Amino acid sequence: MSAATITAPVAKPGAAEGRIGLRANLRHIGALVRRNALQIKHDPESMFDVLLMPIIFILLFVYVFGGAIAGKGNQQDYVQYLVPGMMAMMGMNIAMAVGTGVNEDFRKGVMDRFRTMPIARSSVLIAKIVVEIGRMLVATAILLGMGFLLGLEIKGSVLEFVGAIVLSTVFGAALMWIFILLGLTVKTPQAVQGMAMLVLMPLQFGSSIFAPTSSMPGWLEGFTKVNPLSNLADAARNLLGGHGPLAHPTLITLVWAIGITAVTMPLAVRKFRSKT
Amino acid sequence: MTQNTHSAGGRAAVQVRGLVKHFGDVKAVDGVDLDVREGTVMGVLGPNGAGKTTLVRCLSTLLVPDAGTAVVAGYDVVRQPRALRRTIGLTGQYASVDEKLSGRENLYMIGRLLDLSRKDARARADELLERFSLTEAAKRAAGKYSGGMRRRLDLAASMIGKPAVLYLDEPTTGLDPRTRNEVWDEVNQLVRDGATVLLTTQYMEEAEQLADELTVVDRGQVIAEGRVDELKAKVGGRTLQIRPAVRGELDRMVGAIAQAGLDGIAGATADHEDGVVNVPIVSDEQLTAVVNVLGERGFALAGINTHLPSLDEVFLAITGQKTSETDAPAEPADARYEEVAA
Repeated sequence: MSAATITAPVAKPGAAEGRIGLRANLRHIGALVRRNALQIKHDPESMFDVLLMPIIFILLFVYVFGGAIAGKGNQQDYVQYLVPGMMAMMGMNIAMAVGTGVNEDFRKGVMDRFRTMPIARSSVLIAKIVVEIGRMLVATAILLGMGFLLGLEIKGSVLEFVGAIVLSTVFGAALMWIFILLGLTVKTPQAVQGMAMLVLMPLQFGSSIFAPTSSMPGWLEGFTKVNPLSNLADAARNLLGGHGPLAHPTLITLVWAIGITAVTMPLAVRKFRSKT
Repeated sequence: MTQNTHSAGGRAAVQVRGLVKHFGDVKAVDGVDLDVREGTVMGVLGPNGAGKTTLVRCLSTLLVPDAGTAVVAGYDVVRQPRALRRTIGLTGQYASVDEKLSGRENLYMIGRLLDLSRKDARARADELLERFSLTEAAKRAAGKYSGGMRRRLDLAASMIGKPAVLYLDEPTTGLDPRTRNEVWDEVNQLVRDGATVLLTTQYMEEAEQLADELTVVDRGQVIAEGRVDELKAKVGGRTLQIRPAVRGELDRMVGAIAQAGLDGIAGATADHEDGVVNVPIVSDEQLTAVVNVLGERGFALAGINTHLPSLDEVFLAITGQKTSETDAPAEPADARYEEVAA
């Protein structure tokens, strides 16, 4: 059969490019959010990090280090110090899961299915982020519940309390783009985890999350001042505590969140589109 | 979706011209021309690494070709990918369903992503579960399905949008013969329903079962094309395999067959490794004649069977060369990670 004998196929009028409308886009995201939620339902173990991590970490730090940091018998003071910091940490650890999830999707052929369907490719990522934010909020609720059991007191206003949760969620959501990018770049979920730990450990411990920075050597204290986790922890602490400077740590946290998103989101989306 | 043009008959649902996709130095697809007429099955036959999967991935918008054009169901794969995605279905070598979700949840999700209403998505999911005999397993996680069930679920998932063109990338690779037959039945049914199918396979038998026309590819290039029977005639139909009771008689049997001068029988060969004599034949009469000759000469036979030419034999007949499979693969082992590695 030669080319000349074939009538060129003609596309049906009106269907020429088929951009995806906002409503359709939201419906697709909804269907994909449902997918991610069903995954959790079928695999409840995937919630272990969300359910257990806050409990284990808070118990570990309050009872193992709390006495040493705040003085024996002053564990309750340490709860007051630790819980807002852990809100910052929680977001980071949970955000990590989004990277392994994206990576796994590509390893199982399901992403091929999505990519041959008439949906905006970003909806797959947005759905993931929506579900992860949900997981983050559950973890935060458990963390705060544990905190209250151990004597946490909210001294700020309701608005400040909500502000602390929103701020840590916003920062966690920004971090997700880093992990999505990582998940799209490295080969295995294990590698995502390994690389993530490498970044997380110094950021978490070189911060004001677990202990005041005043006892740290100067260079480390300098690092903690720019470390977004320190600033987020300070902001959350001052919001829950109802006193202390707010503007500076909040601003630094937001600048980081916006900066991270501005750099990694376009990269991640581009990587996602071009990935074969 | 293209039923309205069926009356035109023989229109190309897939039209590929000079398609090229290289991965670095690897010429996975290296100037392929291909036409699939509406309502027919085109088999793309070739060894591992011949570029079959890369071709399908280009035609399903998963890869952007480096050069050439491809028009599927009237849409250009590069310039109109979104519109194209509404009209195609893909079942790959890798099960492309969510393994954690149940069969029904998978199909419902895909229905919703294809803009069906909740009600329609549910109805379509149930209809396809029934059709692919998966109703009983509908609530189980797809990851727990057997290989055949998963492939059927994959087919069902590809059918939700009633695609005009369906790509099946090695649909039975890794399946046992029984489940392979199940998948074949389903594909034949789809074709009866009017789907246009582009099927890749490594097996002549599968191509013969399913395809109307064949394109044989190797190292990213088309090395033969035509109707299945044409190609088969070229290759020489079937191979008759005779196992003598006494292994030492292989060469004497080959001599006897040659001596008998049977019509159309040439090139009987002894395979000492397997202890059989291979005789290419094109008809049942020839089979009978060969066996008669051996019986008359008093050879004791331990076994007789016929088989379709293997891919190797097809390649040997067409190109005079073995397949390239044993050489360097023309495609990265996992083409999907090509860009990550780069």
